[in-house]
Amino acid sequence: MKRSRILGPVGFVWFVATVGIIAYATRLALFVAPTEATMGNVQRIFYYHVPTSMLSLLFPYVNFAASLCYLYWRRRDPLKALTADAVAISSAEVTVVYSSICLLTGMLWGRAAWGIWWTWDARLTSMLLLWLLYVSYLMLRKLSSTGQTHTLAAVLSVFAAIDVPIVYMSIQWWRTQHPAPVFGGGADSGIDPSMKPAFWFNVLGWAMWGIFILLLRYGLERRRQESEQDAALQAIEASLEIAQ
Amino acid sequence: MSYLGHVWVHLRKDLQLEWRSRDSINGMLFFSLLVVVVFSLAFDPTAAMSRQIAGGILWVALLFASITALNQAWTREQRNRVLEAQRMAPSPASALFLGKALANLLFVAIVEAVLAPLFIVFYNLHALGQGWLFALVMPLGTWALVCNGTFFAALGLRTRNRELLLPLILFPISIPALLGMMQATTGILTGEFDPGLWIRLLVAYNVAFTTVCLLLFETVLNAE
Repeated sequence: MKRSRILGPVGFVWFVATVGIIAYATRLALFVAPTEATMGNVQRIFYYHVPTSMLSLLFPYVNFAASLCYLYWRRRDPLKALTADAVAISSAEVTVVYSSICLLTGMLWGRAAWGIWWTWDARLTSMLLLWLLYVSYLMLRKLSSTGQTHTLAAVLSVFAAIDVPIVYMSIQWWRTQHPAPVFGGGADSGIDPSMKPAFWFNVLGWAMWGIFILLLRYGLERRRQESEQDAALQAIEASLEIAQ
Repeated sequence: MSYLGHVWVHLRKDLQLEWRSRDSINGMLFFSLLVVVVFSLAFDPTAAMSRQIAGGILWVALLFASITALNQAWTREQRNRVLEAQRMAPSPASALFLGKALANLLFVAIVEAVLAPLFIVFYNLHALGQGWLFALVMPLGTWALVCNGTFFAALGLRTRNRELLLPLILFPISIPALLGMMQATTGILTGEFDPGLWIRLLVAYNVAFTTVCLLLFETVLNAE
């Protein structure tokens, strides 16, 4: 496959910009943003916990959309389908990384703020289940035999996508300790304006970082697929030579 | 032949196979009995406590037991390459799935019918809520397990570590259903809360996943 010549420099610029924004956001979050009134410096973990949790709810949609595209193109356009599958696996891995970070930072914060590492509260449980679903998706990809991995994984992704709203509702009915949503949760919600730049720069920085590793992983998966195709092609050619 | 005719043929074939070997029912029965005994020894519950935990234990026992049977459900079709013949057959693939799932539902229902009296004896149970609701909760809960279980067993059929993979993907997907059936059962046994909400959750779960299973089964059967 021809590789575009501008892709490398663009990727490099994107990477440098991402690192720059994350560095600036870290400075804002740790030194510039005011100390929170009741929790003190512990609250600063908020600038990492909330952005990663927002993003770990976003990447599953990418995975779902890519899986649907895969199922649609599977018979119609196999080459396009492979691209969709590469997007699906990269977004699933990024989802697992981000939701792990969200769960770990949440536990650290919970220990400091509530005195406990973990509680079976609605939001915590649903995030844990999201993590479990995507780990099981990666397990399926690891254990299934080559050739059918893509289809089986895409089917499981559809199941996971349907499961997420049901999980969310059922857990809501089951338990409800985590604070109400900070944004869009009524008149009292929202954060002090002085905290906003630190928060939004972190959202931007980590979103860019997520997209960067997603695309890096995508490129890796595409190369793996191509080398697989080359190997298959060589095998076919070799078998034809013997026949002559 | 109509669609229901196809389903009936598949169902009859599975029942006949099971009648001749009785492998999965015997296996499930003994396995779930062991789970019930082990939990009873582990917790040594009083009557009040057993009401609280029996719902969970019952469904965990049934879940583990049905995993053992579901793992076997499709291996039968692999002998003599029957599955390849099924794939070439003109009958709709979802009929094959529905027949198999209904057969599994029946097997697990038989296990439940045998297990229920034992459960009542071992855990000194009598329902404080509306006992007749079990007639709704048991079939709905069993179908939730068996429908997705049959589907994922077919999905994992040609993978490495087939026996390990089924619980790995079935458990996370089934967690809302498990929560629903356990909460509904506990609600009925203790009479402390209304199980109606959880029964509705089970109905919604079953409708959603049965539809997806029927739609996607052909893709999974022909995944190459």
